[in-house]
Amino acid sequence: MLLEVNNLSRRFGGLQALSDVSFSVRQGMIKAVIGPNGAGKTTLFNLISGTLPPSSGTIHFKGQAIHTLPPFRIARLGMARTYQNIKLYPGMTALENVMVGCHCRSRAGFLAGMLSLPWTQKEEKNIRGKCLDLLALLDIADLAEVEATSLAFGQQRAVEFARALAMEPELLLLDEPAAGLNIYETAEVARLISKINGQGITVLLVEHDMSLVMDISHEIVVLSFGEKIAEGDPASIQRNKEVIRIYLGEDDAEG
Amino acid sequence: MTRHLPLSLLILAVIAVQLLTRWTETAYYLTPLTMTAYYSLVIVGLCLLMGYAGQISLGHAGFFGIGGYLSAMLTTKDLMAFKENALIALCDKLGLLVHGQDMLGVSSLQMQPWAACICAILVTIAVAYAIGIPVLKLKGHYLAMATLGFGIIVYRLALASPLFGEADGISGVPGFPLLPGLAVSGDFSSRISNYYLAWGMLAFVMWLLGNLIHSRVGRALRAIHGAEAATNAMGIDTARYKLNTFVLSAVLASIAGIFLTHYNGGIGPSEAGIMKSVRYVAIVAIGGMANLWGALVMGALLNIMSLRGMFGTYDDAVFGAILIIIMLFAPQGLLGISLSATVKRIFRRGE
Repeated sequence: MLLEVNNLSRRFGGLQALSDVSFSVRQGMIKAVIGPNGAGKTTLFNLISGTLPPSSGTIHFKGQAIHTLPPFRIARLGMARTYQNIKLYPGMTALENVMVGCHCRSRAGFLAGMLSLPWTQKEEKNIRGKCLDLLALLDIADLAEVEATSLAFGQQRAVEFARALAMEPELLLLDEPAAGLNIYETAEVARLISKINGQGITVLLVEHDMSLVMDISHEIVVLSFGEKIAEGDPASIQRNKEVIRIYLGEDDAEG
Repeated sequence: MTRHLPLSLLILAVIAVQLLTRWTETAYYLTPLTMTAYYSLVIVGLCLLMGYAGQISLGHAGFFGIGGYLSAMLTTKDLMAFKENALIALCDKLGLLVHGQDMLGVSSLQMQPWAACICAILVTIAVAYAIGIPVLKLKGHYLAMATLGFGIIVYRLALASPLFGEADGISGVPGFPLLPGLAVSGDFSSRISNYYLAWGMLAFVMWLLGNLIHSRVGRALRAIHGAEAATNAMGIDTARYKLNTFVLSAVLASIAGIFLTHYNGGIGPSEAGIMKSVRYVAIVAIGGMANLWGALVMGALLNIMSLRGMFGTYDDAVFGAILIIIMLFAPQGLLGISLSATVKRIFRRGE
């Protein structure tokens, strides 16, 4: 198992945001976490990526306990994430934003950077080339020199995506990758996620958009009020009475 | 490589100014110009910390003071009385001390400027780490307050301690023989060589910092400035990067303090004072925050004017007023108003 989440809980004061959630993600799959607003999906992501510590429970990534590690250490182990509300660096071009993603796969430090040694120049050139390739992969190569935060919403998503890929992750966490996108852009994102998965990157995504989730994921976890209420392949989730009830309401489930 | 254009221009300007003072017989300008170079060292270091890493420090005159005061104290304090002390004897054996005679022909024993310089830098590094580790966890106003507190402590220690000459400061600091035939001192005969030494050192630091901001580290610093949490999730140890930058800028301030103290032959408490720290911050702001060259140009200009006494006794008031005006009308810095767009476009293309 690439990622194992065991009995994970998180409280915010009196609010139990996540209670006793367990699931695992196998290498190479696309797994989705769905649930209504406030179900604890983003909290779950923040716990896995180390932004928040869990109140109880454990998280193992590649067999290593990561629930006590700071985010940068988890990232270095090979986990990258994107954000529901995009977090790009203002005042930096799209290319520079993506280049930040290469940080944990390169090594020039303060001294080498100041002296601009031949090997650091070569490393910098490699980073630039690799990031231009990533931008090309996401069809935004022509925007490389544009300030990232001035781009259109969908393009910003793509830059954030490229930045996460620049980290060469084994596991990619996508927090609502289709939020705020139209149906064409959503279809594009779906195609992209499948493509990335095809290159051997495991994907865990949180999503509202049912069509996206049902089309591309191999397994789905359903959360409601911080608890896991169902887990399985898309077809079984679509048939699950409890899931239909929380998504469509009581009456529809009975009828 | 358009990136090296400003550096070449700086070197040309330094030479041109020296020649100008020679032809116009205004060599007395070289002294404030040399001092300006040292103050600029503090400013560009602070610019890296504030403009790129996004961390404010209202205590950088404190680090300048630590460097200046320690090297002044160590090179002037007569250790003759402690000659028998094992540690002092060991230092003497290692050649860290100089034997001399004072005006009355009584033999004296002081620390070598080199040894004092290294001591001062090591102490600065230790203090910067000790202050930086807890303080850099704070953000914005709180960080400003904490560094201000640090600056006040250094200032008050210098003012209160007989070891540091209280309100009089320390005078009679000897020259710093840096290379054979080249000493950092206010000696009239070495005015030109000291001018070139100071500006050469500054140009070298500008080269180092210019490389740094265009490197992987510089990118990480700008990212921290933009979105710290997201940067941490990129695998960047944000706390360590902020701390290293803080220490680096503190060391630059300290080196400036050491050299200027040897150049002036002494140091007084106002050099470590709060108004100095505020002035450094103001100049970085005027230069446009994330703009090393802007900070250098504005810093040089304002320091020269200040050192030539153009603001008279209203010196600090002028800097305060400038800070307010810049924040209101040109938060991008004075150079940022009209030039920035074109200049930035040119440089971006050159990268």
